[in-house]
Amino acid sequence: MKQNKILLEHGSGGKISNSMISKMIIPIFDNSILAKLNDGAELNIKGQRLAFSTDSYVADPIFFKGGNIGDLAVNGTINDISMCGAEPLYLSAGLILEEGFLLSDLEKILKTMAKAANKAGVKIVTGDTKVVPRGNADKIFINTSGIGIIPEKVNVSGDNAKVGDKIIISGTIADHGITIISSRKGLEFDSDIKTDSASLNKMVKDMLAISNNVHVLRDPTRGGLGTTLNEIAFQSNVGIRINEEFLPINKQVLGICELLGFDPIYIANEGKLLAFVSCDDADKILKVIRQNEFGKHAAIIGEVVCDNPGKVFLNTTIGGTRIIDMMIGEQVPRIC
Amino acid sequence: MYEQHITKQYRNKDISQKLINKIKNISTKKISLMEVCGTHTMSIFRHGIRSVLPENITLLSGPGCPVCVTSQKDIDIFIKLSTLKNVIITTFGDLIKVLGSSSSLEKEKAKGKDIRIVYSVFDALEIAENNKHKQVVFCSVGFETTTPTIACCILMAQKRKISNFSIHSSNKITPPALLALMKIKKINVNGFILPGHVSVITGANAFKPVFEKYNISCVIAGFEPVDILESILMLVQQNELKTPLFKNAYKRVVDFNGNLKAKKIMNQVFERTHANWRGLGVIHKSGMNLKKEFNEFNALTRFQISVLEKKEPKQCICGEILMGLKTPKDCILYKKKCTPFDPVGPCMVSTEGACAAFYKYNN
Repeated sequence: MKQNKILLEHGSGGKISNSMISKMIIPIFDNSILAKLNDGAELNIKGQRLAFSTDSYVADPIFFKGGNIGDLAVNGTINDISMCGAEPLYLSAGLILEEGFLLSDLEKILKTMAKAANKAGVKIVTGDTKVVPRGNADKIFINTSGIGIIPEKVNVSGDNAKVGDKIIISGTIADHGITIISSRKGLEFDSDIKTDSASLNKMVKDMLAISNNVHVLRDPTRGGLGTTLNEIAFQSNVGIRINEEFLPINKQVLGICELLGFDPIYIANEGKLLAFVSCDDADKILKVIRQNEFGKHAAIIGEVVCDNPGKVFLNTTIGGTRIIDMMIGEQVPRIC
Repeated sequence: MYEQHITKQYRNKDISQKLINKIKNISTKKISLMEVCGTHTMSIFRHGIRSVLPENITLLSGPGCPVCVTSQKDIDIFIKLSTLKNVIITTFGDLIKVLGSSSSLEKEKAKGKDIRIVYSVFDALEIAENNKHKQVVFCSVGFETTTPTIACCILMAQKRKISNFSIHSSNKITPPALLALMKIKKINVNGFILPGHVSVITGANAFKPVFEKYNISCVIAGFEPVDILESILMLVQQNELKTPLFKNAYKRVVDFNGNLKAKKIMNQVFERTHANWRGLGVIHKSGMNLKKEFNEFNALTRFQISVLEKKEPKQCICGEILMGLKTPKDCILYKKKCTPFDPVGPCMVSTEGACAAFYKYNN
């Protein structure tokens, strides 16, 4: 039975989203910049290389431990630009508001956005506001777009992973997704877990300052680490092997994942980056990441290999091996 | 992992390696072991357990996923209920993707039907209390692990006089399914990795008839890799020595009598009935129906609907996979017409299904 309607899964960031992007969106818009499938577009305007990116935020709930939809929207787009190796400069903010939404909540969200932008040294310089009748949107949706300048010599792209590269994750995985899931109605967990939402532009700047051998940067948001690794394996046509025992994960996050039957490898992050860097520079880059306030738990989790191009393998803690595919559908709590 | 977690000792590399080496050292016979719990299936794939076992040991995924064994007719009933006016359907997430004869709850949801995913039956009851002008129906699936909470919820609804809440029960109990499997002549299973969670409720005793009647090795197992490897080692040892035994390797949570309170509540509200297991057919006294005195909470009675039984999809071999006679790779639909995005058979739908696990971890 073929699908003729949009399902929630089309927005999951996993395989079904990717299929819609590659089979419908890319062919219709049909240009080589979009077809690169990076977190942002790399533009060359009269000799100046720019990164340009956009993202929409529909988080539910809109307020959660450690943040709200506002800083998520600012940090998310800053990170998308940063993952192009660029220094983000300016953002736009488009608000879609539901009739009846509290002005005080809007103010709180806008102030959070301003604070996040200030902290990252980025300005929100243009925007738009629309209000829709009650029921036509869920409280507030935010779109942010941004631009940044790509410094000379920087060549960061999803298709640039090289055999022998070390793979670094900048900290614990699955914090954001589990924060959101555990604050949803019916699943309220009493925990200290909070979102990892953060702007990583300064971390990226520091990494690029000490090494010309950062090949790929990507923030593993929707679909989690597993999906992002697959995207890179596909784009660069290389094999990837990671070690489960090196994956940094918070004890409470792991506990909730175990309880619900979730695989943390597919849970969203909002303040983490994956870096593919040359083997020789890996240790010094790791050191720089760990010096950043958002990179304390950074770790080298694996490497790029020549066998099985396009595939991601995980060495399990017990000494076994399994394939990591892209996320297939939203994860749902197990029944028994 | 930078912090120690409670599961750490059960995922210990050295202990695992010792168990793996022992299995390799003693294993000479070609044997097939069947796990009958979806969580075991997932754990086996997730920890790469198949990749560390010698080739002469085959692990089969039996009928251990409650969503996978929900009959097409029951799915059609859930879908029909969703088309009634003023009805809110509440369901566990996994179930919404399962195909009935012509649609799924997920597709009906995309068409605009009020279908809501809940994490617990009590959420469904709360929705009923908050929507007094609507009828709230819970699509009730699950084994002995889930059924007691549903029974408890029915008792609560009765006590609170909630008149707009009902369920359609497709709940099942596991030991009769194993007995039915063993009756199949072609079956080639040399030992069962028995479900730890279910055994917490039923007690180990519930599975003893399988061992006594068929003299087959049975080990109740936990879900961490060390638990599973230990159980496999025990089953291999028994097979090598030709001395089948009934063992409980999950003593830290499973005893012989189980959770008496949960069983009492379950039997207060539900009674055994014949049930149709997808792919396996009707199994004698393996289903759980609401007792007559709880008819007011029975959606079929309340809405007086009936649904015709339709044939299951041609070419789909989920039944044979659930029986351990074939693996997903034997199916001509696997990865072609049948994928997790567009599943044909039930084993591809649930994340705990054998085909979905195969697709995800062994692609």
